[in-house]
Order: sequence, then C-alpha cells, then structure tokens
Amino acid sequence: MSNGSSGVLASEFDLLDQFRQGDLDAFEALYRLHQRAVYGWILRIVRNPSAAEDLTVETFWRIYQARARFDASRLFEPWARRIATRAALDWLRTRRSDGELTDDVLAAQATSSTDPGVTAEIRAKTAQAFARLPPGLRIAAILAVVEQQPHKEVAEALGISVTAVKLRVFRALRLLRKDLERQGITP
Amino acid sequence: MSAHHEDRIQHLLRQALPPVAAQPEPNHDLWPAVLRRLDQQPAAQPQSKWVWFDGALLAALAVMIAAFPVSIPLLLYYL
Repeated sequence: MSNGSSGVLASEFDLLDQFRQGDLDAFEALYRLHQRAVYGWILRIVRNPSAAEDLTVETFWRIYQARARFDASRLFEPWARRIATRAALDWLRTRRSDGELTDDVLAAQATSSTDPGVTAEIRAKTAQAFARLPPGLRIAAILAVVEQQPHKEVAEALGISVTAVKLRVFRALRLLRKDLERQGITP
Repeated sequence: MSAHHEDRIQHLLRQALPPVAAQPEPNHDLWPAVLRRLDQQPAAQPQSKWVWFDGALLAALAVMIAAFPVSIPLLLYYL
C-alpha cells in the first residue's frame, strides 16, 4: 500500500479501497486531491465563497458517511461532484429566492468584461430574475450556460439524463425570459 | 422560444452572472473543519436516543420485577 519511505499511498485505487474501509488518512489524502475541484464546483453553483466553504465541509462529511456505498471501480470525482451538487441544492432550497443580489455577484459583475449593450440595470434584473427560478432549474442553467460545463457532467452531477439537463436549461431560459418581459425588458 | 431569443437570454445570463475563475480555491485549509464535523456528528443523535430508551427499559424492568417477583424465573427463562 505504501510507496517508499514517505509512506505515500501507491495509487488512487488503493486510496479509495482504504477510504471505503474508513481509513482517515486515506480520506485526508482524497480530500487533498479533490477539495479544490469540489470547492470550485460548489462555488460555481452557489456563487458565494463563504457558503461554498461551508458546503465543501458538508460535502466531505457526506462523502465520508457514504463511503461504504462508493463503487471503487468508478471515479471518485464524479461521485464527489454528485454529493456536492446535492449539498448545494439543499442550500439553495433553504435560501430565500427574493432575487436579492449578493455582494459577490455584484463584485463579479463589476470586474468582468461586460457588453456595453447590456446596462448595469439589465444585468441586475437578470440576476434577480435568475435567483427567483426553482433551484433545480437554476443549477442546470448556471452550470451548462454560464459555466459551460459539459452536459454529460452536469447530468451526472444532478443524477439525470443529458436530455433532462437540456430540458431544464430550456425551461430556465424560458422562465427567465418571461420574468424579464414582466419587468419590461425584452431580450 | 426561438434560437435567437435563446442565444440572447444566454448572453444576458452570462453578463449578469459572470463565470467563476478557472481554479478557485478556498481562503483557508478546510480539513480541520471537516475533522471537527466528523467528530461532532456521527453518534450524537442515535446515542442520546438509545441511552434514553435503554434507561426507560431498565426502569420498566425494575418496576415489573419489584411488582411481580414471580416473573423473575420467567424472565430468566427467556434471557
């Protein structure tokens, strides 16, 4: 299992096997390998660094609790992403969806390269309308449209088919358009 | 919704919610927090439930033995 004097585990396969048996060192090694990817995935969904940190902790706690159900013949990261997505979805469901913009979203808008044809007011109203969408649609749209993640990865993370992802994105965009039209913005 | 409208909405959405940086990192090491979470959660709820339940069972058993001493051989038989 160990590799040389450093005691580093030989491969991720061995690591996963040890992790399944509840080995905390193996779990820490997996955490070190994947925490950045898990944090990044969650941040892309919740867009709030502080909440993303809390949810990363929550995700790794859930991962450890579910270790016996992990299929060692499969990759760890997609499985972790799925658990992370569920944790993020739970968080989004508990949040008020009044469309209030967080400082992080406003800061991101301010620092990103913006299209001069889209005013700050339209950007703000779009972000607010998006925040009012059902969380399940929001996740699919933000990952597929904004973050441009492959539909297959989004589908795996949400535990649905690629067709269902496309459908959710379509519904999200249609609802967003209707909401914007109600506010007098014609996209 | 036409393809044009869909493209336009997608563009608006990307303007409103700019993509997250390529490799975002947490501000600090979260491993200690993961360990704290592992220490806190595991047996806290079940343990307290069963301690209470076990206590109640023992008390009921003691009351039954005190009230009906003849039940002792029967209990021993079933144990």
